[in-house]
Amino acid sequence: MKQVMGKIIGLTGDEAIAYAVKQCNVDVVAAYPITPQTIIVEAFSEYVHNGEVDTEFICVESEHSAMSACIGASLTGARVFTATASQGLALMHEMLYIASGLRCPIVMGVVNRALSAPINIHGDHSDMMGSRDCGWIQIYAENAQEAYDWVIQAFKIAEDHDVLLPVTVCIDAFILSHSMEGVEVREDEEVSKFLPVRKPSFKLDPDKPITVGALCLTDYYFEVKRQQVDAMERAPSVIKRVTKEYNALADRSYGLIETYNMEDADVAIMCLGSTAGTAKAVARKLRDEGKKVGVIKPWVYRPFPTEDVLEAVKDLKVLAVLDRACSFGAPYGALCSDVLSILYTEGSDLLVFNGVYGLGGRDITPFDVEAVFNEALEAAETGVVKERFKFIGVRE
Amino acid sequence: MSESENKLGWRSIPIAGILLEPGSSLKYKTGDWRAFRPVIDVEKCVNCLLCWIYCPDGAIIRLENHVAVNYDYCKGCGICKTECPAGAIKMVEEER
Repeated sequence: MKQVMGKIIGLTGDEAIAYAVKQCNVDVVAAYPITPQTIIVEAFSEYVHNGEVDTEFICVESEHSAMSACIGASLTGARVFTATASQGLALMHEMLYIASGLRCPIVMGVVNRALSAPINIHGDHSDMMGSRDCGWIQIYAENAQEAYDWVIQAFKIAEDHDVLLPVTVCIDAFILSHSMEGVEVREDEEVSKFLPVRKPSFKLDPDKPITVGALCLTDYYFEVKRQQVDAMERAPSVIKRVTKEYNALADRSYGLIETYNMEDADVAIMCLGSTAGTAKAVARKLRDEGKKVGVIKPWVYRPFPTEDVLEAVKDLKVLAVLDRACSFGAPYGALCSDVLSILYTEGSDLLVFNGVYGLGGRDITPFDVEAVFNEALEAAETGVVKERFKFIGVRE
Repeated sequence: MSESENKLGWRSIPIAGILLEPGSSLKYKTGDWRAFRPVIDVEKCVNCLLCWIYCPDGAIIRLENHVAVNYDYCKGCGICKTECPAGAIKMVEEER
């Protein structure tokens, strides 16, 4: 029985993000309004039009310009949000590195969609994984509720002076972005109290001039990048502090990762985003059949939650890692590569296999997930993994 | 190794590569980028100041009757020589 009960309203994933942004007292939103843009900024522009927010809404001519405007605004000390997807994120790529390099705590909603070619705007993680190393904190939501909750927390994480990094809150295209569900929202005052006005550690101010974005060559560039690594290393403890506070406010259980039925599990599936919902439903069914299966869902993908993942898998026999993006030419998908590298460093002998699934919005069904669990259970029994790397749901 | 000498470490510098004091570019003497140096023949200089207008680095110094070059910042692009109507500027190879 939940002690705290907020108002429940019907929202799509897009609308849930826009609603959260409305409550976060955001100073500037800059966005490009054309496909592959989603309803996030459309819904938010209605709040602006209706006078429900005092946000400066800048309609720009491209995603590259959107992020550029966000960076400029953020450097003045403003709280800034934007949203994008797919090709739009790809077009921002250059500016993503500048946002993180200049330590702008921008929050961006990313609706994860496939990258061209061929043209496709359905759900997969190709866009975000293509910008995996851009220096942003990357959070994946499983449903609209999580998207709403994480946006509010994302500003607090990003703006913390121990972090000062931009944050993406990612939702799977259509499955989350365009599907409506009941979302429990907080009162405006609760959010304002949780997330006070931003206090910048430095800002562009005509009365106290500083230089931002100056040339920085072989003599200091490396040191500036090292600082970004330090910020990423500080982020997990800040995220844990922020989630703890939010969990108390909203009666939730956020952290770096979510574990489901992992206490005595022999095998588990690890995946990002909405697929975890399918995996949990299947795990529940298999548990009823007496099979010891669980699910690990990293909420936070960057910084990679190394310690939490190692703790979650320490008693496992087999882990199946599902990637919804293809790293062409790499031995494994991005998520699996990270998992394998931390396991190797730890000296773990956990059996791992990797499945790449759902490219271009191809559905992953409960049957697909059950087959993965069964394969993992078989490997746990025989001690042998049949296929280390496989594709799930592609026609031969 | 020379780059590490007398330089601050990552824990000691402001974040994001920001510069806290204005006008710091004056400390960055770009003159050592130069492969050719403009040399002004003050006898030929008519003080028309076209070089002063065209110089992209503001490295032309105005004197009373002729111009001079600020070699601390002149990168040796040669635009002044090209624009000089009096043929008073020649580019001489730097020897270091």
